[in-house]
Amino acid sequence: MAVIDLANPTRFLKLVERVLPWLALATAVTLAIGLQQSLAAPDDYQQGATVKIMFIHVPNAWLAMFVWGVMSLSALGTLVWRHPLADVSAQAAAPLGAAFTFLALVTGSLWGRPMWGTYWEWDARMTSVLVLFVMYLGLIALWRAVEDPARAARAAAILTLVGAINLPIIKFSVDWWNTLHQPASVLRAGGPALDNAFLIPLLTMGVAFSLLFVTLHLAAMRNEILRRRIRSLRMMQAAQGAA
Amino acid sequence: MRGGREVFCGLDFAVSAGTALAVTGRNGAGKTSLLRLIAGLLPAADGKVVLHGGEGELTLAEQAHYLGHRDALKPALTVMENLLFFRDFPGGTMSDPETALNAVGLNAIAHLPAAYLSAGQRRRLSIARLLVLRRPLWLLDEPTAALDAAGQTAFAGLMAHHLAEGGLIVAATHGPLGIPATTLHIGPAIEAVP
Amino acid sequence: MSALAALLRRDIRVALRVGGGALIGMLFFLTVVVLMPFALGPDLALLRRLGPAILWLGAMLASLLTLDRLFLADSEDGSLDLLVMSRTPLELTCATKAVAHWLTAGVPLIVITPALGLLLNLDLLATAAVALTLIAGTPALTFTGMIGAALAVTLHRGGLLLAVIVVPLSIPVLIFGVAASTAAITGPLSFGTPFSILCALSLASFVIGPFAAAACLRQRMD
Repeated sequence: MAVIDLANPTRFLKLVERVLPWLALATAVTLAIGLQQSLAAPDDYQQGATVKIMFIHVPNAWLAMFVWGVMSLSALGTLVWRHPLADVSAQAAAPLGAAFTFLALVTGSLWGRPMWGTYWEWDARMTSVLVLFVMYLGLIALWRAVEDPARAARAAAILTLVGAINLPIIKFSVDWWNTLHQPASVLRAGGPALDNAFLIPLLTMGVAFSLLFVTLHLAAMRNEILRRRIRSLRMMQAAQGAA
Repeated sequence: MRGGREVFCGLDFAVSAGTALAVTGRNGAGKTSLLRLIAGLLPAADGKVVLHGGEGELTLAEQAHYLGHRDALKPALTVMENLLFFRDFPGGTMSDPETALNAVGLNAIAHLPAAYLSAGQRRRLSIARLLVLRRPLWLLDEPTAALDAAGQTAFAGLMAHHLAEGGLIVAATHGPLGIPATTLHIGPAIEAVP
Repeated sequence: MSALAALLRRDIRVALRVGGGALIGMLFFLTVVVLMPFALGPDLALLRRLGPAILWLGAMLASLLTLDRLFLADSEDGSLDLLVMSRTPLELTCATKAVAHWLTAGVPLIVITPALGLLLNLDLLATAAVALTLIAGTPALTFTGMIGAALAVTLHRGGLLLAVIVVPLSIPVLIFGVAASTAAITGPLSFGTPFSILCALSLASFVIGPFAAAACLRQRMD
């Protein structure tokens, strides 16, 4: 099946119906393996069992950024090829991205409590992720504020691309700002290179969460296509009622 | 397509130099949408509008005047300032603003802020916009609305003059334009009259 | 060029005459700054320390609020259609409108900064530093906020939604604006580094803003 065939929403729906159960299964299996590996991983000699938060936190943080990338590609699809499926993809991805970002923030905060002695630290990474979260919420607000999806799609696409240009700038300024106001309590994030005992579960969880995103994204796109069909059916009904 | 709703399809029409086309149809038939589509203010879902023999490098929108429902006037600016902006900004062959104001009978109040104008006077000022800058295609949306009988006659004269100079007019209208024009009726039951 | 001059003249005239928004931004700036001591207490030492931050926040909010109408007013009265149909590239039109807006809404904020600095117990050097950073930084606020103003037209929606969308984009400007001001007042960093970055942000926004705004305006479909 060529890519161009996928561009047709009906074909896309058919494909999603066929692929989705398998994807969900793959996600569940990988997630189970990843969780088992995470639980089996040894405690860190400094951080103790809390290091295991990392196995949830890092994949979420990775997806928080990856989803914006997916939305930027979709935005290009909306603006350059004017393809409705690209609109749907961007619209479906935004809440998922916000959710992953939120989870990254929450897990980071829970991790920070035993490590730094506080739930929130105006640390450069956390601050940038917080800004990213706010931008996701703004984008969702934009989608929700406009009744006509086609109109919202173009606006959201432009905002997504502007955001994609701006995010590195924001990241850079927050880093700079943070070094300027460096508080003493912050530990160096990262630290020594990861041992394989941590790396393998982390990679498995990364794959599992990425699969989770793909599954949820396809499902959300399917729902959105159906929602829009219902919307246009209702509009046709209204038009006939008026005639 | 408007708000996901198909407004019209299968329209095919041509307007040649020195002639006018009157677009008719009931409310909501898509007259305004058609004009805005020609002006490039609405994207066409399919199909296109072509101008033969214009200035090659310019788009159709850059060679057209659009006279819409909203008059584009700034109440804080005087009549003359409003008019001068529409002469200097859009681009085209400029002509004398005094003459244009004379033609619509507003020369006596050129120094007043546009906020003081009545609906009919605002419409006359919008019409003066067409005269002060020469562009071959006039897209008029209900041009005679708010004009009194004398104003309508005067405007018909201006349109006739524009056509005599080889211009084109596409006007959405309910009433008669006062100039010879072919009619294009659009509506739910599509019947394109060539 | 004369077309752009005509647009600049028109926008400035509209802003300065009755019903224009030039004065309101200034009043809003004043209100925000006057409000701060009521929240913080009349501690002159504290106000002096927070002064640059307060001035920058006030200027940012004021410029954001006045930007709301940048394209919306033209869209409502129909003149935006005619701007789009002009032979001037839409990007240049947008940039010119932003310049006109900055001249009528941004410059007055900078002009009253010394008076407000006095209220916040800032000395001459500090006030001058804040004013200088505002000169370098407010164009970036205008040109980034312009994207939001153009979105407002596409969406038929302004106000709070715009603030939510535009404010995160302005964070870098705020960071480096305040940092440069404080660097000039207390050190220890050199004033040059953050100030150069602030200028760089302004220059970058001159490119990104007009293109993004023009893209938004082309996508509006009504």
